[in-house]
Amino acid sequence: MHMPDGLINAPVSIGAAVIAAGAITVGLKKSKGTLDSQTAPLAGLVAVFIFAFQMMNFPVAAGTSGHLMGGALASILVGPYVAILVMTVVVSLQALVFADGGLSALGLNLLNMGIVSIVVSALLFAGLMKLLPKTRTSIIGVSATVAFISVLASAGAFVFEYSLGGNATYNIASVLISVMSVHVLIGIGEAIITGLTIGAILATRADLVYGARKFLPAQNLVIKASVVQSNV
Amino acid sequence: MIIDSPRVVLATKSEHVHGHGVGDHLYVHKHSIVHDLPAQVKVVAALCFIFIVVLTPVHAVWAFALYLTIIFVVVGLAKLHFPLVLRRMLIEIPFVIFAVLMPFFGSAPRIEVLGISLSEAGLWAAFGILAKGTIGVVTSITLAATTRARDLLQGLEAIRVPAVLIQIATFMLRYSAVVTNDLARMKVARESRGFSATGIKHWKVLAHSAGALFIRSYERGERVHLAMLARGYNGTIIDLYKPKVVRQDWLTALVLPVLAITIMTIAWVTL
Repeated sequence: MHMPDGLINAPVSIGAAVIAAGAITVGLKKSKGTLDSQTAPLAGLVAVFIFAFQMMNFPVAAGTSGHLMGGALASILVGPYVAILVMTVVVSLQALVFADGGLSALGLNLLNMGIVSIVVSALLFAGLMKLLPKTRTSIIGVSATVAFISVLASAGAFVFEYSLGGNATYNIASVLISVMSVHVLIGIGEAIITGLTIGAILATRADLVYGARKFLPAQNLVIKASVVQSNV
Repeated sequence: MIIDSPRVVLATKSEHVHGHGVGDHLYVHKHSIVHDLPAQVKVVAALCFIFIVVLTPVHAVWAFALYLTIIFVVVGLAKLHFPLVLRRMLIEIPFVIFAVLMPFFGSAPRIEVLGISLSEAGLWAAFGILAKGTIGVVTSITLAATTRARDLLQGLEAIRVPAVLIQIATFMLRYSAVVTNDLARMKVARESRGFSATGIKHWKVLAHSAGALFIRSYERGERVHLAMLARGYNGTIIDLYKPKVVRQDWLTALVLPVLAITIMTIAWVTL
């Protein structure tokens, strides 16, 4: 959900923008190893993919539909640092080119939908994978769990910002309950779709999944002699 | 026709192009004083304007009326059709509902409006969100409708947005139509096999499409990158056209935030 202008007051919006800028700077520095400026085309196409992924609405219940955020998916697919750059570009262009989300709330939107969900996903993914057996099934399960929690973390960040500088009179408890209950549903959707998507990619191009790269055994090209004798 | 080559990035702007470029989703081609301003000037003016609006106390109703008038004057100067702007404002609807419900739940003191008891603080907060959100969305729509995506990125680069981000954004806009077409082709392929998504049991198929879309996008990225390397790409994109910004452009655009800051100051002083 993209916040409009005026929902959260200016000091909190500016604070969020400063934190977001700091995180983007870290992303730019740390991604130099994995993404030097020469691989910008790749990151650009991942950004398009996340953008298209966010446009996929899925039916939730009673005629309502949710849309995906993609923060956890991006983080698992291309790693947290490149994911921060990708989400920054996606969310900023949504505000500047599609008028979706307020310009003064850009820092807040970057923080909630990009940075918070990516940082939470990356930490949780690394932590859970340490505990679990390094198999394809656990990568898929962990991806789904991480996606679910990342959505709740984004919603939690919104509630926190609202409690600091919300220009509205709903009390914090009722905002917390309503926002969280909606996002539990969205999170379940995000978890299922993220888990299934990671599963689908692991089945065909496991080498493209950043989070799985260190756990899956190297697949060597094996050329086997033909079992069927040709009688030509 | 979509050509799988990076040459669009290197295109010059010597010719005057009519119609829509790549990624110009909300752009409306017109010749106006607003369209002619350089992108970075417009972005800075719009950002300053919005922050000033957000900083204005909600009780100064007249100030918001003036802001709205000013931004609609800009819409007029940009020769945009009002029905188009109004239609695009629908994006705001979820927050309108959020705001409209607020007076019913807010705290005391409560006032009677048409026999319904409403919270006074709730009414003011609702007004604030509606007014600031509406002015914000009209500003964003005006910016998007008068600025080509390509010019926007050049403008952002001129105000020191990191080059890597600009390049990622350039590729995103360049390939958004290509990937959307990929998605549409997959949809046609699914439906020609008798598939229609109706509920949760179909998510698996949708997720497989998403997975396939990622692989196609990533592999396209690899191909594009190799094609660019073969043409001498070394990490920097050479722009043959650099828009010139003269002081007059800044003076013209800054009329907007200067008017706004005057209004805000009066609003705070007279409150």
